Amino acid sequence: MSEALTIDALQQWLHRFAFDITTQADWLTELDSAIGDADHGTNMVRGTAAVVAKLDGGTTGTVQELLKAVGITLVSTVGGASGSLYGTFFLEMARNSPSDVQLNGSELENALHAGVNGVIARGHATVGDKTMIDALEPAITALSQSLADGRQLQGSIAAAAAAATIGRDSTKPLVARKGRASYLGERSAGHIDPGAASAAILVAALAASIGERTA
Amino acid sequence: MKKLINSPQTLLADALRGVAAAHDQLSVDFENRIVFSTAPREGRVALVSGGGSGHEPLHSGFVGAGMLDAACAGEIFTSPTPDQILAAATGVDSGAGVLFVVKNYTGDLLNFEMAAELAREQGIEVASVVVADDVAVEDSTWTAGRRGVGTTLILEKVAGAAAARGWSLEKVQVLAKRIADAGRSMGAALTSCTVPAVGKPSFDLPEDEMELGVGIHGEPGRKRVPVMSAAELSHALVESITTDYDFSGKPVIALLTGLGGTPLIELYAMFAEVSARLNERNITIARSLVGNYVTSLDMRGCSLTLVGADNEILDLWDAPVNTPALRWND
Repeated sequence: MSEALTIDALQQWLHRFAFDITTQADWLTELDSAIGDADHGTNMVRGTAAVVAKLDGGTTGTVQELLKAVGITLVSTVGGASGSLYGTFFLEMARNSPSDVQLNGSELENALHAGVNGVIARGHATVGDKTMIDALEPAITALSQSLADGRQLQGSIAAAAAAATIGRDSTKPLVARKGRASYLGERSAGHIDPGAASAAILVAALAASIGERTA
Repeated sequence: MKKLINSPQTLLADALRGVAAAHDQLSVDFENRIVFSTAPREGRVALVSGGGSGHEPLHSGFVGAGMLDAACAGEIFTSPTPDQILAAATGVDSGAGVLFVVKNYTGDLLNFEMAAELAREQGIEVASVVVADDVAVEDSTWTAGRRGVGTTLILEKVAGAAAARGWSLEKVQVLAKRIADAGRSMGAALTSCTVPAVGKPSFDLPEDEMELGVGIHGEPGRKRVPVMSAAELSHALVESITTDYDFSGKPVIALLTGLGGTPLIELYAMFAEVSARLNERNITIARSLVGNYVTSLDMRGCSLTLVGADNEILDLWDAPVNTPALRWND
């Protein structure tokens, strides 16, 4: 099978991400009201809706241009730490994508790696801090491992999504060390981190959109 | 949820229209959600602050002659975005540089940091000061660090006066840092607040309990305790602040802010107790402010801030200011 991800496929991913964020917005906000400030769902809906409007609004050219536009849109519409971190994720992906209309498996892997590293550099978080990194880092590790084992892109992205879900759930018992949840100290334990939850949605959306296309 | 709004989605835009309608000395950029001062700033340092909305009058109420040159309004409890902050910086810079006053929240830090990078790329000299004065949060590598609360407004007033006197960016930043370092705050809430887009209180608080060390975004506090009297609570707040920083023998600027839903009569009853507790500790209240200055929507409760002062700081504090929420000697 073709192992490349076209502009269309990337757009489908982002549409799917926006859709899933919208349907799960109340849950994200509920998670955020337990350990944060009850706005994660609202903010992500605003940002991903702006991304969809941007995509629907015109030509996007290369993969690099598309991802850059997504990053800038998220930075300027989500607000808060999430806007800056999700924006950085896509801007770093863009910076490390080919100036082409598609991405092959290893190019996608590189771009995703760069995105995750960008989030780590901007937010100074590591696995175990109870942040989106707890979902993203295992996802990217699983993707690389699966591709190295010779599995196809679709299966590898599915493995990444599964790892992101496990990573998301792993935040539940953790005591937060970053962001607003860290103000709660021990009281932050017992709740899934909303950032890890939306990050898992991002990876799951990628898996779902690839699954749909090849199904 | 009962609120005087048209809709949660339009609240911020509606409020900015109200700010523009009420205050001739301000000009509002509705698209970028920036409140600008119309006071002259040619050749002097400009001050830009901002943060999530819902803390009014912070920050838009402190824009005007002798204080902030621009305030960026984020969505409720959500920091403003880098493009917004950049637009504020380019709007106020007259070549002498811009000081960003940032409260220590992850979102604010990241967005102001991105904005500073963008502004420098455009040749604007930017310095930042971060306020992290909330003693309720343990300052360790295991947290995002202390939150920025009441010291912010005292810093904005004093640094704004220094900028108005033509101080250099470096000198204004050093002064601002000195204020940030000498400020401590501690708050308590009787109720949670209701974020309009959420429609219900951010946390439940039983009728007979209060949150000690509460934040200003509806995040629960560090500890839940039975409701205290004004005397008991003022003792707890002063104790937390003074065990963290030794103010004894020094003059202080004291701010007792309501969190949005507390009647002024209760704040004055609290301040009487605070004043007595400080007297006992040989701490002189040189200047004071009592009222709703750094709020958390409709939360009931208060937050006490003390900033260690000296003659220079007090002189700058007394300098003319003309903003919607602070105005004297102008």
